[in-house]
Amino acid sequence: MRYLAKRILLYIPVILLATVLVFLLMRVIPGDPALLILAGASGEGSFKKEDLANLRRELGTDKPIYIQYGTWIWGLLHGDLGTSLFYRTQIKKELGPRLPPTLELAFLGVISSFILAVPLGTLSAVKRDTTIDYVARLFTFTGISIPIFVTGLVVVYLLVRLFNWFPPLGYAFLWEDPLTNLQQMIFPILALAFFELNFTARVTRSAMLEVLREDYITTARSKGLGERTVILVHALKNAFLPIVTVSGWSLARLLGGTIIIEKIFLVPGMGTLLLDAITARDYTLIQAIVLVYAVAVLTANLCVDLLYAWLDPRIRYA
Amino acid sequence: MLRGRNGEALPLLVACMSVRWVHTLFATIATFAQKKPLGLVGGMILLVMVSLAMMGPSIAPSDPCEVHVLYKYASPGSIIEETGQRFWLGADQLGRDTLSRLIYGARVSLYVSLFSVGIGVTLGALIGVVSAYFGGLLDLLVQRIVDTVMAFPAIILALAIVAIAGASLRNVILALIILLMPAAARVVRSQALAVKEMDYVLAGRAAGAGSWRIIFHHMVPNCAAPYIVFATANLGYAVVVEAALSFLGVGTPPDVPSWGGMLSITGQKYVEVSPWLVVFPSIAVSIAVFGFNLLGDALRDVLDPKLKGEQSLFFKMEKPGHAREEWEDRHDETTREC
Repeated sequence: MRYLAKRILLYIPVILLATVLVFLLMRVIPGDPALLILAGASGEGSFKKEDLANLRRELGTDKPIYIQYGTWIWGLLHGDLGTSLFYRTQIKKELGPRLPPTLELAFLGVISSFILAVPLGTLSAVKRDTTIDYVARLFTFTGISIPIFVTGLVVVYLLVRLFNWFPPLGYAFLWEDPLTNLQQMIFPILALAFFELNFTARVTRSAMLEVLREDYITTARSKGLGERTVILVHALKNAFLPIVTVSGWSLARLLGGTIIIEKIFLVPGMGTLLLDAITARDYTLIQAIVLVYAVAVLTANLCVDLLYAWLDPRIRYA
Repeated sequence: MLRGRNGEALPLLVACMSVRWVHTLFATIATFAQKKPLGLVGGMILLVMVSLAMMGPSIAPSDPCEVHVLYKYASPGSIIEETGQRFWLGADQLGRDTLSRLIYGARVSLYVSLFSVGIGVTLGALIGVVSAYFGGLLDLLVQRIVDTVMAFPAIILALAIVAIAGASLRNVILALIILLMPAAARVVRSQALAVKEMDYVLAGRAAGAGSWRIIFHHMVPNCAAPYIVFATANLGYAVVVEAALSFLGVGTPPDVPSWGGMLSITGQKYVEVSPWLVVFPSIAVSIAVFGFNLLGDALRDVLDPKLKGEQSLFFKMEKPGHAREEWEDRHDETTREC
């Protein structure tokens, strides 16, 4: 229990630090948002001095930085992400419908990559130094070198060319219309999974190799258990710890990857909203979205830590 | 391995600076190539890329920004009638030569990755060593900041930075530096913690050396191995991030030919009309990253004995060192808490 309490308590200051970081990022990097909005990207726009002062007041950038941060964090604590500069609406309302597609992509991406990677890595470890192992390692090593946008573009190309499939317009939520939703999301999810499974398969392989050398595996074999039981029950269960550990970073990486996949497959998620916000120079929206991504990753890491404790009693009862 | 006066290992970099440095360098490369043929392949790919980038203007068949209105989407191998010039790899939506753009794109990729890794990883490594040496509150603070920066998905953070600072090559490099610094600091710090306990550091202190002398003369050279490994592994990562940012339309400005930019402007819309616009830049990025990965992996095997054997080739690309360190950290934590 002490472990759980410690982990959950540690979560709060890190989230706070993340808000400070996002906030500073938006302020410290050279460039006055108000000036950038008025002057445009090329800096050629013309405007009056009063306009600049007015916009600064509207953005709150005329106040001292700690007051700006205080106001923002006070709003956050009340569930108020601020007002979008471009849409002129509550950011909460803009973000709400965009969150599910992105989370669905990331979660199902991690799960599918696990389903594909764990057998691949296990096979590669069990059949160590055979042709199967070499092929699997070559596959994963090459896969790691292929950037996610290349995978995405290749998948779209094949779909369009071979199956005359186009990314459907309009998005259906998973709970409203599961069939349409899956039709839309299956290929983006598979593209993400391909990107991630290479990492997971490599971790699985090396974790399995480590476990297979343990004494309890020899014991299991010597007491006459079948090879299948030894590998699936005794080895894989113990190899799961490092695999679960890396799944936290998998999710972080995949959340980053969703933005590219969303753009390629035209999924109306947070990533496309972020790209729109960047084009519209909507600073409050960018700030809010970046924070949501960070909170998602931190929460995922927390969940992994808790899962880790659940899988390994040595941590729980420490 | 060469040894210093106090018995500390003198790593590759310092060895190269000795009087017979040329000889040593060649000997090192020869041994490396013999031990790690795949690493040699990676090095060759890097070499080809560097030479392409350096000789770009003289070998590119035409100006990468020259527009041929009559030859939009020209297929690979088609010839311009007036000049007899050939589009070896086809032309894009403005009739610009793909091959020339690829060659000039290599310059952008290399420029960004060398600069950002050179500055970012070096600064991060120094922070890591200093943080490990002084320990205490400073170390705690640095570690928490590192944790927090790493909580952001890399591409999202880079995107936000470039969005605020404005799309330019300089800002892409700035974003990459901010991404690489914390990971480098973490990787080098763990080595520095071990180095700090070595006898030669104690000997240095006994001889009256000040903190900074110990840091720069004794600790920094002995943290070079993870530094080199991390830097090489992240060259490929920097290429991918730059390409991804340009692909998303916020990286290099559209008038600068870059691999990511080529995929973004042409790729998506013209998948059906002209697949070569997607195929060639994709191959270029993938081969470059593949080469960097091979080289980084081989260097890791040679320089980082802890990971020799089947454990190498295993955490890759996205903050490889970070992943490994954190894995080790967690394992340490388990043993500590048991």
